[in-house]
Amino acid sequence: MPKTSRRELLKGSSALLAGATLAPAFSTRVLSAAPPAAAATPELIAAAKKEGKVVWYTSVDLPLAEKVAKSFEAKYPGIAVRVERTGAERVFQRIGQEYGSNISAVDVANSSDAAHFIVWKNQGWLEPFMPEDVAKFYPAEHKDPDGAFASFRVWACIIAYNTSLVKPEEAPKSFADLLDPKWKNKIVKAHPSYSGTIMTATYQMQRDLGWGYFEKLAAQSVMQVQSSADPPKRLALGERAVMADGNEYNIFQLKETGRPVEPVYATEGSPLIVGPTGMFKRAPNPNAAKLFCHYSFTPECQQLIIDVGGLRSMHPQTKEKEGRRPWKDVKVMKDDPAAVEKMSEDIKQRYSKLFKV
Amino acid sequence: MTIAVPAQPDRRVRGFDLSAPVLYAFAAVLLLLIVLPLSWLFIYSLTDQKGALTLANFARLFTESAFLDPLITTFIIASVSAVACCAVAAPMGWLVARTDLPYSGVIRALVTASFVTPPFLGAIAWELLAAPNSGLLNKLFRFVTGAEQDVYLFNIYSLPGVIFVISCYTFPYVFVLVANSLDRTPGELEDASSILGGGRWYTARRVTIPLVLPALLAGALVAFLQAMTLFGSPAILALPAGFHTMTTKIWSLFQYPPKPELAAAASLPLLVLTIILLRAEHLILGRRGYSIVGGKYGAPRLIPLGGMRWPALALCLTVLLLPVFLPYAALLNAAFSPIATTLVTPSNATLHNIEFVLFELSAFKLTLRNTVILGTATATAGTLLALVIAYVTARRAVTGWRFLGFLATAPIAIPGIVLGVGLFLSYTRPPFILYGTLWILLIAFVTIALPSAYQQLQAAFRTIHPELEDASRILGATRLQSLRQITAPLLRTGVIATWCFVFVGVMRELSAAIILFTSETKVVSVLIYDLNESGDLGAISVIGLAMLIITFAVVITINRIPGFGQTRFRT
Repeated sequence: MPKTSRRELLKGSSALLAGATLAPAFSTRVLSAAPPAAAATPELIAAAKKEGKVVWYTSVDLPLAEKVAKSFEAKYPGIAVRVERTGAERVFQRIGQEYGSNISAVDVANSSDAAHFIVWKNQGWLEPFMPEDVAKFYPAEHKDPDGAFASFRVWACIIAYNTSLVKPEEAPKSFADLLDPKWKNKIVKAHPSYSGTIMTATYQMQRDLGWGYFEKLAAQSVMQVQSSADPPKRLALGERAVMADGNEYNIFQLKETGRPVEPVYATEGSPLIVGPTGMFKRAPNPNAAKLFCHYSFTPECQQLIIDVGGLRSMHPQTKEKEGRRPWKDVKVMKDDPAAVEKMSEDIKQRYSKLFKV
Repeated sequence: MTIAVPAQPDRRVRGFDLSAPVLYAFAAVLLLLIVLPLSWLFIYSLTDQKGALTLANFARLFTESAFLDPLITTFIIASVSAVACCAVAAPMGWLVARTDLPYSGVIRALVTASFVTPPFLGAIAWELLAAPNSGLLNKLFRFVTGAEQDVYLFNIYSLPGVIFVISCYTFPYVFVLVANSLDRTPGELEDASSILGGGRWYTARRVTIPLVLPALLAGALVAFLQAMTLFGSPAILALPAGFHTMTTKIWSLFQYPPKPELAAAASLPLLVLTIILLRAEHLILGRRGYSIVGGKYGAPRLIPLGGMRWPALALCLTVLLLPVFLPYAALLNAAFSPIATTLVTPSNATLHNIEFVLFELSAFKLTLRNTVILGTATATAGTLLALVIAYVTARRAVTGWRFLGFLATAPIAIPGIVLGVGLFLSYTRPPFILYGTLWILLIAFVTIALPSAYQQLQAAFRTIHPELEDASRILGATRLQSLRQITAPLLRTGVIATWCFVFVGVMRELSAAIILFTSETKVVSVLIYDLNESGDLGAISVIGLAMLIITFAVVITINRIPGFGQTRFRT
């Protein structure tokens, strides 16, 4: 079994692979030349249909992931998408464990912990591929210069409350408000060892608010769930009154279907989460993978994840949905995937010491 | 209960006796199955991350509260669950087996239903029922009493909650052992006591209870071990409450970044404790075996309950509310409800969850197929293996049979999650690279199923007098021939029961699968666990109910195959 650090895990298990792939990866970086913009050509579609399926590892909330899959299947009949959905940190472990045992099951991955793509790219596991929408429309900070990945989805990790349990005037306005004794036993929160969203958020919050915040939060006897998609659902059930962290997009979905939930954008700023998508060199269905990546960044798919999913898109041709706070008005913390990559183990350790699980 | 047979001199007359090589081959397979993963566990527990020999893992285990607390918690959970299971299951077993309780067959069937329910599914159902704020029972309580929003009757996310849910799905083990033992106890022994002037209580104290004691003790032990090694229920109920048990702790040690050496060390106390308990059981029971099978007895005489008949039935049904009626009602409700813990009414009922599972959830068909393949293969291979070992040990057919018997029982001491870890360490490296295939799961499931399959079949063998086989062999049959022609037909019911038992066991299995699956080899239990982590309770309800329907369908079909499950042999 591999040892401590993310890199070592991947390095040790992929010695063979690395030998074969490091040289070309290096050369593309030197030239800093991304692959040419790729369209969904009839040849690509035909080749993808021949493969007949694509396996998508993602951490996006399952019902939304399956909707994206169904919309792709509707557009390209004959190519089945199998969604392998779990928390981003588990997706990362799964791919590492499978690659370590020479199993290539994943075609395309989408993670809510952008740091994972830094690791995968450094290992030379990612296939450079530049969908035409990414090449033409995506801002530079939302695409890898070498075309290894781009921001499929963006959202905030927010506070929210159940409106039938909490009056708007009593609702928390900030992270500091959550430390009020009146919220003891009433808070639900997700786990950074499972969720990439919470890992990313925990990094940004300990940087901006300090570990002292989490120490005090742990004393509030929070209900500890795993996925960042779960706190919104527990709120909707009425199981807890307030969530300390969780997906903004799930809150939108629930609120818009009439559930009694309300988002809160903390005055300190909400952690910014970026979920990139990229495909793997050893993808068992490489053409279907390309087609799926291409589709992921089309205005069609991006509008779907906005409208149905409640996510934010970096594609300028998409429209935000009425009734949601416009993205430009959301005060977010600064994201820093490279720092998350370095600190993730430390974060997990400190967190489980504070929260006991 | 055991019948000693003097060692048989070789009576082969003609023809080559294949039995010895065949039996040794089975022994070799068994040795590989169990010794390989355990060796890796031992090696890992005694090495540090660089591979040097060390005791530091154990030092951490017994000094850090992060490990000591789960150890203590686990011990409390297992002890209390074992006592609770016995307290409920023993009287129920007695009522069903020895009194004229009405509808006792229905009670037995319902206990079977609670056994077939995977514990993790039960735990999720109890979340729906007894989560402090959203739980249906707590909502009902507030509705009836008009209590404040914060007031609740039950909190399933707590130590008592975990113990309660574990007991719900462990008590069938004790019940079956006690009821079967009482079924087999001939009424004549009690009659003799009464004839000699023993009163009802005297007879119970001096005859019936001592006769059932071995079964009750064995039941308590099984309950303890089950509660100790269960992963799903504590993972679902204890983690939200902020505490670990040993199994969830071991699981967390395998999360990224993995610490297999600590996990291996953490699993050894469970192993040692189990061995001590098995020894203790042996010492307490000692040679106190009772030869109660043999000759023809009438069915045991039923004790008339008189006016207590219906209250007794009501009591049994009330107990069965907890593992069967309430959880199933909650799952059924969640399957058709727009939001899991809202009561379904004609106006809000929805097929959304069913549509989602059947037409959108792309992993469902794959996991279902894997599960059915694994269930069938494990049940077949496991029963076969257990059958051979049970034969060898019951008949002492090869030298070293005692060791073979020990090996077949040994996996009972290995929590599924620990076995999963051991297998992962064993089969991700040459010469056997099985990770990523269904084979590794098959090996795990067979190993896990082996102890109980072996014990069931050994018990079945004990009821068949070896003289029958001896007669066949004296007449010139080889050992394999006499096995096929004499023993096999007599064992049919026992074998079918064991097959079903193993199949159901695979449906219930989560703890090894959660370590060993890949995306292509996922099983339904893992899918359900995944869905629970993201809070998709409606989908879980649909999948859980579908899984139960499939399990029942398979078990009923197997029992209906002509000439397969119909005939009952009495010895």
